[in-house]
Amino acid sequence: MIAIVIFLVALLLVTLGVAAYATYAERKVAAFMQDRIGPDRAGPFGLLQPIADGVKMIMKEDFMPASANRWLFFLGPAIAMTTALLTGVVIPWGGTLDLGGTAFTLQVADPDIGILYVFAMVSIGVYGIMLGGWASNNKYALYGAIRAASQMVSYELAMGMSIVALVILTGSLSLNDIVEQQRAGLWNIVYQPLGFLLFVICAFAECNRAPFDLPECETELVGGYHTEYSSMKLGFYLFAEYVNMFISSAVISTLFFGGYDVPFLDGLGLPQNVTVVLGTVGLFLKITFFIFLFMWVRWTLPRFRYDQLMDLGWKSLIPLAILNVLLTGVGYYLKNGI
Amino acid sequence: MLTLFYLFAAISVLSALVVVAARSPVNSVIALIVCFLSIAGHYILLNAQFLAVVHIIVYTGAIMVLFLFVIMLLNLNRSSEPQKSLATRVAAVVAGGLVLLTLLAAVRQGISVEPARDFDIGTGLVRSVGRSLFNEFLLPFEVSSVLFLSAMVGAVMLGRREKNPQAA
Repeated sequence: MIAIVIFLVALLLVTLGVAAYATYAERKVAAFMQDRIGPDRAGPFGLLQPIADGVKMIMKEDFMPASANRWLFFLGPAIAMTTALLTGVVIPWGGTLDLGGTAFTLQVADPDIGILYVFAMVSIGVYGIMLGGWASNNKYALYGAIRAASQMVSYELAMGMSIVALVILTGSLSLNDIVEQQRAGLWNIVYQPLGFLLFVICAFAECNRAPFDLPECETELVGGYHTEYSSMKLGFYLFAEYVNMFISSAVISTLFFGGYDVPFLDGLGLPQNVTVVLGTVGLFLKITFFIFLFMWVRWTLPRFRYDQLMDLGWKSLIPLAILNVLLTGVGYYLKNGI
Repeated sequence: MLTLFYLFAAISVLSALVVVAARSPVNSVIALIVCFLSIAGHYILLNAQFLAVVHIIVYTGAIMVLFLFVIMLLNLNRSSEPQKSLATRVAAVVAGGLVLLTLLAAVRQGISVEPARDFDIGTGLVRSVGRSLFNEFLLPFEVSSVLFLSAMVGAVMLGRREKNPQAA
């Protein structure tokens, strides 16, 4: 019991820490892509920049528009942050440690329906943006909120379909089962290349990252749904995006790239605890790569127009996802029978 | 366990009352979301993880988002609320009173709350729900998906832009 609580707190701190340094990494990656230096004033290589940003956010005046709906204005960032943090509990962060005789698995909960739980949290997360945008009583914020809602509902469909194809293969919704199967055989990316592509595109859209960052596109909507937000409430919205990016990267690594599986590690004959820790390190390396991919794409591709976004979602991704489910089903039938 | 049940039950009933009583439609919708979440809590107490999570995804995550979406787009608020005539109000009170009378009479007779079947801990898990959907209830399941498809086709027909109004 105590071990679970310690693990939960550690998970929270690691999530927040990774998200904080993802903001730093974003600025450094952007600087690298644009041939600049990036933040280098706070600490060596600017490593203290996230702390400086956090302090700045907290110290700013917390302003609320006079005509805003008070408690919904407050509720918006709270929902965004809470749902972002809640998803991490079902992800298997590593194998089973041996703590002086008692086995401890590096996963808070392994429900039967792990992947659906992730999906449920994503679908609740949209309320944070919608309520915040509406409560601001500002037309730009409302447009941002409405765009966010329609974008997330549209891309959830294709995302769900790409998971359906994966689940046909694995026969289980539990994330730990999915990882264990990949440890025994090949990674799912080999069987599901199209599903992986669809899932990553939808994950970009669900995180409101470029090229799908229409809800907050500054050239048309000032700041989108968080136009009226300031101080740490704005900080929560911005920070929730980075937490979501971290969690999506973890889910992508878990579903398609073997999770905490590192090839050939089990054959080395290392002690169990060392193997488990190295597996977790491997998972974090994969996550780091996908976070970098998120940033790479953001600073490479221009933003979609709104009709292009909807066309891509409904006319390309969903038919492709259905085709993928069909092909996977036929492949499964040919290989295993009913 | 029982404490949790009473907690979720209280939240469900209170939020359902707020749905009806709230003046602003947005507050009603939010209360309905809370109500759905507490019902998902009831499912989890019955070990029906699958039903709970599907309930959240479908009702909270999709249907209520659309509700909120429409309310935001139409910008409904108190000033645009339709005022009912006196006759409607009187009729509503009488009808509500009659329903209350019927319910009270039914309760006085004593409703026996005997479970039709013994509680099975595995009923709400993915495996058993899937088995019963694809074996026992395969036909109703497929028929209802055709029903949804026809509703979708109808919505697309209504929403379609007429290319050539003269030809129609």
